[in-house]
Parts: sequence; C-alpha cells; structure tokens
Amino acid sequence: MNTMRFRYASLEKKAFIIFIQIIMIGYVVLILYPLFNMIMSSFKSTRDIMRFPFSLPKAFDFSNYVSAWVDKGFSGYFLNSLYYTLVSMAFVVLFGSMAAFGVSRYIFKGNTLLYMLFLSGIMLPLKAAVIPLFQIIKGFGIMDSPLSVIFIFIAMGIPSTVFILSGFMKTIPAALEQAARIDGASELRIYSQIVMPICMPSVALVVIYNAVPIWNEFFFPLVFLQKDRLKTLPVGLSSFIGQHSTNWALLFTGLSIAIVPMLLMYLFMSKYFIKGMTAGAVK
Amino acid sequence: MRTKKRLKKAGWIAFFVTPALGVVFAFILLPLFMSLFNSLFSWNQLIRSDYTGFRNFERLFFTYPYQERFFNALGNNVKWFVLTMIVQNGAGLLFGYVLSKGIAGSSIYRRIFFIPVLFSIAAVGFLWGLYLRPNGMVNALLQLTGLGEYASAWLGNASTATYSIIIVNIWRWVGFPSLVFLTAINSVPSECTEAAYLDGSSEWQMFRHIVFPLIIPSVTIITILTVIGSLNVFEQVYTMAGLDGAPNYATDTIGTLFYRTAFGSVDSGAPEIGIGSAVAVVIYVMTFGISLFSIMVTRSREVEM
Repeated sequence: MNTMRFRYASLEKKAFIIFIQIIMIGYVVLILYPLFNMIMSSFKSTRDIMRFPFSLPKAFDFSNYVSAWVDKGFSGYFLNSLYYTLVSMAFVVLFGSMAAFGVSRYIFKGNTLLYMLFLSGIMLPLKAAVIPLFQIIKGFGIMDSPLSVIFIFIAMGIPSTVFILSGFMKTIPAALEQAARIDGASELRIYSQIVMPICMPSVALVVIYNAVPIWNEFFFPLVFLQKDRLKTLPVGLSSFIGQHSTNWALLFTGLSIAIVPMLLMYLFMSKYFIKGMTAGAVK
Repeated sequence: MRTKKRLKKAGWIAFFVTPALGVVFAFILLPLFMSLFNSLFSWNQLIRSDYTGFRNFERLFFTYPYQERFFNALGNNVKWFVLTMIVQNGAGLLFGYVLSKGIAGSSIYRRIFFIPVLFSIAAVGFLWGLYLRPNGMVNALLQLTGLGEYASAWLGNASTATYSIIIVNIWRWVGFPSLVFLTAINSVPSECTEAAYLDGSSEWQMFRHIVFPLIIPSVTIITILTVIGSLNVFEQVYTMAGLDGAPNYATDTIGTLFYRTAFGSVDSGAPEIGIGSAVAVVIYVMTFGISLFSIMVTRSREVEM
C-alpha cells in the first residue's frame, strides 16, 4: 500500500511528503559529504586541508597513498587483515555448518541443550572475557601470534553461524537424505554433497554477516598482537594516528585506505549485504 | 545390532558437533566461568592469591577510587543507552516506515543509509575525531555559515564530549535499525493496513495501532542489541577520547574503565585482575539481566497474528 505517492496526495499530505524528503536528502548529505571530504582531503597537502577545508584538490596526486601504503606499512596491515579474515571465515563456515548439521539433522537427547549452548554465545559479550582469554591464550603459548586472534574470531562467528544455518537446514525435507542413506551414502557425504549445496544461499549470508565485523574488529587484535608486522588495518591505523597526529594529509589517506575497500565492495554487493545483515536479526 | 547402530550415530553427531563446541567452550564459556572464579580472589599482579569472597565487588562499589570511577562510567553508559534508544532507534523507525511506503528514491536512500554500518568503529572514530577538532571541518562549516559563535572544542569540552561521540556512533549505525524495521514493516500483511485505510484511519493511527504492535518482535531485537552495544562501548571512546575517557573522565565508560583496570591501572599502575574480573562479571550480569528484562517487557506486548 503506497500511501505516500506524491501525485494523488492531498495538499496537506504533499507538504508532509516534501518535509520527509527534506529529512531524507539531508541525511544522505550527512552520510556522503564526510566521506567525500575524506577522499578529497587525501589528495591534498596538510596546508591546503587547513586553509581550504572544503575546496577540491588541485590535482589527483597519489603521493600520499604511496607514502602510506609503502613507507608506513599499510600494505602489511591490509594483507594481515585479509589473511586473518579469510582463515577464520573458512573455519567459521566449516565448523559452524558441521555443528548446524549435527544439531538440526539428528534427533538425540541434549539436542536442544546443545543448541542453546551455541546460542548463548550470541548474548555473551566476549570483550568482557578478555582477562581469562589472556590467560587461556598465554596457556596455549600463542600470545602475539596470528593464531590468537584467529581462534577468537572463529569463536565470535560460530554462534550466529549455527543459528542461521540450523534454521535453514531444518527446512530441508528429510526424505532427501533418507534416500541417499538407502543408497549407502555415508553421513559425511550427506553433509558435504547433499545438505551443504542446498544451503549455499544461507552460507553466503553467514559469510557477509561475519566477515564484516571480523575485518573491522579492533579490540582483540589491539590486545593480543603487539608486533607491528602482525597488526591489522584498524589497529595499524590507530598506531599511525598516534605517530602522525599533525600530518592531516596522511591521516585522511590512512582513513581512506581503511574505508574505501568496504565502500567499493558494498557498491558491487549491496543487495547481498543488506540481506545478509538482516538475516540474523529478523525471522 | 541396534546398539551398534546407535553408537555409530552418536559417533557421527560427535564428529559434526565437537570442533565448534570445542572452540565455543574454550573461548566463550570457559572465559565466562573463569571471570566468575577470578573475581572471588585477590591477585598479586598476574598471580592468584587468597580467596576473598565478594571483597572485589565491595571495593568496586564502595571504595575510592573505584566507586567514583565505576558510577561515573556507568552513568555514561546510561547516557549511551537512552540517547541511542531515542535518537537512533527513533530515527531508524521513522526511516524504516517512510522507506516501506515507497517514497520516491526509497531504494537509493536504503542503500546509502546502510553504507556507514560497514565501516570499522575505529576508522569512523578517527575520522570524526579529525572533523571535530577545534580547527576541524565541523567548526569550519559553522564559521562558513555564519554560526561561528557555536564553534566549540567538541571533544575537549566535558559538557559536549560524550554527546559528540554518541552522535558519531548514531551516524554510523542508524542504517541498521532502519533496515531491520523496514524488513519488519514490509512483512506486515497488507490486509491489516488496507482494512484500516478503508476505515479512514490517519497515517499516524495506522502506524500506532496496526503497524507498531505487529513489529514488536523486531523492537525487542533492536532493544537487546542496543543494551549489549551500550554496555560494551569501547572503541568509540578509545579512538575519539583515549583510554582515560578524556577530558577528566567525562567520556569514560565501563568498557574503557575495564580495560584500564585489567591492563593499565586505575589505582597503582599495575593490572588489577581481581577488580577487573569483578567489572567483567558486572557487565555480564547487566547485559544478561537487562536483555532478559526487555524480552519480558516486549513479549507481554506482542500480538498474535
């Protein structure tokens, strides 16, 4: 029911629609202008940013980018973030889908309890557990190693993955796997060659839903990775900001490097992103 | 034969569930119980010493300097929650409703509102930290539009610092509730709204009496996420005001206080595992308790369809 179509509206309603449009357009500007200004500033000199904050750059000079990417180590931060995100997402999907299969496709005692155990992980703020996590990671001898954050990222991703995938797996008719069982397929084959291919759309949602927060995660890499060569993009950015607090041109360049990849990916995949981010939150 | 088959089934279940369960146990559930355990002991740096019962909680709630720091920080978390609920989720509800009405440009608005949700809190914090400096873009814009007298050191001023950080966070996140409410409103059956429309209900009446009661489940979800988010604020303050919640603890939150007790210190310059764990337990209890409370409140208002 489109009760807000302009053409057929009463005068009073037209005024209301215009009012709403002003709010919406105003908010669009409020979102886009700061990003636009950030990207433009990354092509300017610090002096120009200070003197003419709203002017366009004189030329698209990439020297700030070369400096940040090569000299200031952003290429390393970027690759680290990519590496941690890819490895942990691979295990989130593997372990999470296996657990979802176990919980949703078998009937056994303690089934619900197990499901609730996984779910409780969504409600527990992991950040508050940093002291024991520190002790555990020290105990495993993986302090200041990529494994520390990879394990934590896997733990962060599994609860929502089990939740989303087991919800989907429950809707797959049991007859399908019964037929395969009669044909002598092993349980592993049923999981990997029958159930998982059907689940692919939900797997895409899981990937988007978890990869974004893992890529952006700041707290755990800050705590557990001290060596500069292991740092992720958001943490690298923070040490960079501390060191170069007066070089605004480089700061805006660093921020653009941190933000623009997400922006580009979103432009290409916005349909999936929007679906993915709401999949876990709304039934 | 039967027992063999059952054993085989149990084996497969274990095979599928154990890896995930192991990770969740070691990195989510075990830390929870260790926090409870740690909070009941006194600590000499990183070495556990005597069992002290609830002594750490007593120190946190009743003695200097913890009492002052804790309630100051908690007060800021309350500000975060209230302001986020009213401004962010209110705007989200309005945006979701308007977008569901197919107003011209809806699909573009929907995409653009969601952009900042994907950015890291750290990057957004640093970016707005630059814009909000005394010589940053916000003040330059005020000067340009003749509102120069309102220019201010937004993050340096105790009276505006917390609110500035909260508004930046709302800027980043408002697209999320908008989208959740949009999805929920779209799933309201059109028979319900059509009938009300034919009865001559106004837009507001329709929203208040038909749409809103039917989207209460998503209100519950957003409320819980806001509770969890507000109690776990850390990156926003860290990037825009620093670990100490400058100026003079005006922006301090439980999250930054927790970090300082656990790693730096509030009192003696050394990590305070005992008090830190007590803070963690308080965060757990409040997150769980308030979430449960909001589920109960909103559940009682849910309408069966």
